[in-house]
Amino acid sequence: MRMLRVGRWITAIGLLLLAGVYIRALVFTPVERLQGLAQKIFYVHVPAAIWAESAMIFVGLASVFYLFLKDPRLDRFAEASAEVGSVFAAIVLTTGPIWGKPIWGTWWTWDARLTLTLFLFLLYVGYQLLRGAIAEPGARARFAAVLGICGMVLVPFIHFSVYMFRTLHPMPIVLKPSTPSLPGSMLVTWLLSVGVFTLLYVGFVTQRYALSYLREQVEVIGDVGRGTGDR
Amino acid sequence: MPLRDELRHAWVVARKDLLVEYRSRTAIVSAVAFVILVLLVFNFSRDPTAVSSIDLAPSVLWVTLAFAATLALNRAFQLELENQALDGLLLAPVGRGAIYLGKLVANLLFVGLIELLGVPLLALFFNVPILPYAGPLAGIIALATVGFVSVGTLFSAMTVRTRVAELLLAVLLMPFMVPPLWWAALATSRLLGGRPLSEITGWLKMLAAYDIVFVFLALLLFPATVNE
Repeated sequence: MRMLRVGRWITAIGLLLLAGVYIRALVFTPVERLQGLAQKIFYVHVPAAIWAESAMIFVGLASVFYLFLKDPRLDRFAEASAEVGSVFAAIVLTTGPIWGKPIWGTWWTWDARLTLTLFLFLLYVGYQLLRGAIAEPGARARFAAVLGICGMVLVPFIHFSVYMFRTLHPMPIVLKPSTPSLPGSMLVTWLLSVGVFTLLYVGFVTQRYALSYLREQVEVIGDVGRGTGDR
Repeated sequence: MPLRDELRHAWVVARKDLLVEYRSRTAIVSAVAFVILVLLVFNFSRDPTAVSSIDLAPSVLWVTLAFAATLALNRAFQLELENQALDGLLLAPVGRGAIYLGKLVANLLFVGLIELLGVPLLALFFNVPILPYAGPLAGIIALATVGFVSVGTLFSAMTVRTRVAELLLAVLLMPFMVPPLWWAALATSRLLGGRPLSEITGWLKMLAAYDIVFVFLALLLFPATVNE
């Protein structure tokens, strides 16, 4: 299928560029004075975090439109975006503690942002569990849409909480109302990394979308049930 | 449909559920027994010489209420599974919004009753003086309860149709339960610690905002969970 191939190519290019970004980050970008090399993880952590949350927003938007238009493509996109979002959330939750150990002296702290990223991850898990638990495609799509919209609405509450509580987590350095407070070369590396992660998001989603389309075709043929032909 | 009719229908649905519960009383008795057992578990899983009960009380309160509510929420739509009662309810000339509101009210009264019995038991077992703070505490509990019961009622309409209803509802609901629980637990501990009320108004406002947003959202989304 053409779409699957396109998705694979985008992903491959994205991964290659990610390696490029890291070469730039390690060799050509200055080392942060206080955090040292540990700060380099910021170029994965923050773009992944941005996409982990944006994916939820996309799931929610696709869900809203699905409930109005009942277009199966929107449902497939929501499913793909949720799967990719959970991967990015997992990246955030893995890279965070790796950075936290040398800088904070602890792998995990019940800080507002960490806790809520964990809940975002669990939201994605719940979304996929709900999809897996409903066999009938129409009901599955509607239920998933309901959960997706609720998830999207929960995200602003999460964000607001982050600012309400005193936290250990560094405040945003780039995405804040005033101008970014980091050297230009770091900003460029970071922006490149955001670009690469965007490409990866698109590549992953395209592949998962194509896959769920193929799975639906198989379900229509009826040879393989969801239980066996899954994932 | 005019608002008055909608509300009247909602009350009819809620009354039906409460009547079913009143006649059997199995759910409420098991829920209260469950609350007592959770309180017992908490009591025996702490070292009384290390943690004072007043420090632990807010978390005990909110964990107990969260678990009891999650277990109770499935009941509303489980009632409708037998003999395809849900189809009958959907065929009745009442709006979808009225059905949701009715289920929400029934759930709120049910969970409220559990809380009404659970909070004095907590005060008794953990020796927490709640009487001086009864009013504000009731406010915090009410605000938090409306928030997670509104989401839980919506989700339970979906999860009852799966084989793992109880577990799935808990997994789906917990991420939504945590923000209100968190604010409520912080407000409770300030309150029981004798801090002035002005310190907790921020959390109360957050809870109120959460309630308004999710009750309206659930009203809008509920038809998608029952329409074919």
